[in-house]
Amino acid sequence: MKIRAQIGKVLNLDKCIGCHTCSVTCKNVWTSREGMEYAWFNNVETKPGIGYPKDWENQKRWKGGWERVPGGSIRPRMGGKWRVLAKIFANPDLPEIDDYYEPFTFDYAHLQQAGESKAFPTARARSLISGKRMEKIEWGPNWEEILGGEFSKRSEDYNFEGVQKEIYGQFENTFMMYLPRLCEHCLNPTCVAACPSGAIYKREEDGIVLIDQEACRGWRMCVSGCPYKKIYYNWKSGKSEKCTFCYPRIEAGQPTVCSETCVGRIRYLGVMLYDADRIEEAASAENVEDLYQAQLDIFLDPNDPEVIEQARKDGVPEAWLEAARHSPVWKMAMEWKVAFPLHPEYRTLPMVWYVPPLSPINAAANAGQISVNNNMPDIRSLRIPLKYLANLLTAGDEEPIAVCLERMLAMRGYMRAKSIDGVHNESIATDVGLTGAQIEEMYKIMALADYEDRFVIPTGHREDAEDMFEERGSCGFSFGNGCSGGSSKTNLFATQTRKKLQTPTEVF
Amino acid sequence: MDTYLNHLLFGIYPYIALATLVVGSIIRFDREPYSWRSGSSQLLRRKQLMWGSVLFHVGVLFVLFGHIVGLLVPIWIFDSFAIKHEWKQALAVFGGGFAGTLAFIGATLLLHRRLFDARIRANSSFSDTGIIFLLWLQLAIGLATVPISLGHMDGEQMVRFMAWANGIFTFNPTASLWLDGSHWIFRVHIFLGLTIFLLFPFTRLVHMLSAPVRYLWRGGYQIVRSRKDLSHG
Repeated sequence: MKIRAQIGKVLNLDKCIGCHTCSVTCKNVWTSREGMEYAWFNNVETKPGIGYPKDWENQKRWKGGWERVPGGSIRPRMGGKWRVLAKIFANPDLPEIDDYYEPFTFDYAHLQQAGESKAFPTARARSLISGKRMEKIEWGPNWEEILGGEFSKRSEDYNFEGVQKEIYGQFENTFMMYLPRLCEHCLNPTCVAACPSGAIYKREEDGIVLIDQEACRGWRMCVSGCPYKKIYYNWKSGKSEKCTFCYPRIEAGQPTVCSETCVGRIRYLGVMLYDADRIEEAASAENVEDLYQAQLDIFLDPNDPEVIEQARKDGVPEAWLEAARHSPVWKMAMEWKVAFPLHPEYRTLPMVWYVPPLSPINAAANAGQISVNNNMPDIRSLRIPLKYLANLLTAGDEEPIAVCLERMLAMRGYMRAKSIDGVHNESIATDVGLTGAQIEEMYKIMALADYEDRFVIPTGHREDAEDMFEERGSCGFSFGNGCSGGSSKTNLFATQTRKKLQTPTEVF
Repeated sequence: MDTYLNHLLFGIYPYIALATLVVGSIIRFDREPYSWRSGSSQLLRRKQLMWGSVLFHVGVLFVLFGHIVGLLVPIWIFDSFAIKHEWKQALAVFGGGFAGTLAFIGATLLLHRRLFDARIRANSSFSDTGIIFLLWLQLAIGLATVPISLGHMDGEQMVRFMAWANGIFTFNPTASLWLDGSHWIFRVHIFLGLTIFLLFPFTRLVHMLSAPVRYLWRGGYQIVRSRKDLSHG
């Protein structure tokens, strides 16, 4: 047993209102730069839809994630090491920028400079890549917002597999949900495995997956390897970039920017302990439906004295063990089983988990009989098909999702009974395998969601590893090249000197 | 050709070019690691790159290793294996000619894409466009030497080029004399080749020094970095 700790994350989709605050604050902090305009380390998709980049969940097309080969071992779906290297000159599995969208700006200056005319001057779109006029903007990072576009196109959504999807095209039966996405900081990341330069690595102390910008050579295999398409090739610098999990903030004990600014308070950060020796075993589970349970099995109980003892031996700091015992991620994923990994079938063992959303009762059920149990409707009469959520979160296994939704309904029923009728109806809790006390804790963490309950982040322990005296006078975060910021004023070697300052609108 | 100019271009210039290649690359790797990358433009435009890049790279790698082995391995080693000069030249002309043609087709596609695709053109630096043009030109000149070589298949001229290249690497002050009397097109090809060496550290060509062969025997798939490894003690 080798115990490592990771800051995991849970997103409660039941409360996501699709406001994109996370995406925008993330972009302002991390990607409002030339070459990264098209990249959204955090984006919010409306589901059902094909998402951003187009069709990202279709691994038959993009070859992301892992596959299990006969004999029981796993290898990246894009191929073993020789196959990966064979793709280095031209990578057939790489999306083109149009699969994301062509970044553009508007001719704002024209509004001020246009001469007198009968018609109002307009600010037309201009490509940020070629600088040319764009007559028609055909795709964007959130083109399907609130079910935009025809159902026939959105229904290409991979999660409709095994669902009779035609009826959901009808207005009366339609459904939607939001899916905010960021790097999953997987336990078994394919991007790391596919990087020929060895520039991508997982940090031992907090599990954050980062790209060494000085070691990246731009072979762009990581973009294909990542099944979530959360690595972005910076077409200006020729390096790949990804979500950093705001590691400078995490190290200081602060939540990531997307979590901090989430107005719906849907995001949770907490420590998870896991057995690093069993990662490969868990990722190699024979049936994809077993992967969710396999990942649960390698998480370790932070209250178990044996685990605590071993964790101390493996160098997990005391504050991290303490944080693990109060981790909201542990509670939702392990205690109440209401959070699930996104597409476990990719075998990457992702560490950003999701609480599936409840939905209104569908029209068909509304018109007829709804089976009611303890004043709660049958979860199969909810508008979002169970199978759809299962395809998204448990590789198609509906049972865990059903239990989760029942527990969330039970939480509502229990608290309604308590606060309106003044009754403690313990049977509501026991019917779904919980206790009243557990439901009250669920309510405190998931419904009230106070700041200190959502974010339990121990600070990093740099002092253990580095002699801080040697770090004096050094720069903090930079884009490679030490403190020079990546562009050298002398411009000796192919880096462009930037003579004029760019205004934020030009960049964005 | 004037002996002085001949000595300048093929006796002295090689050392300037090679020294710049070595020292320049080391300085760039050390001082500007962020600028060290392949500079792929596949994300912006896939068209023409799939064929162009594969043909170019496969062809040019074959040609490059052919030149290294063919020019730098001393002729007595070939002699000791009883490889006739005619055979060696035939391999160089036909094998090199074939690979050169592949590379030339690829380079043509890539150059066309770089000059005429609006997205790629807008995002090409002077060095990006310049180096693909020089490589294209060098491949064209290299292919133009094929008909001349076919005129003298005895390998004698080839052995003289080998003696020159060996002479440069053994610091022989009279090395440039071996090129006296060779066809001008060979000398243009050699001069341009040396110029590409000279420009190497200032362009995206540096990515070839990072060819990720080590990936093949990198143990396992996962990489975990620990703070403890970075510890200064």
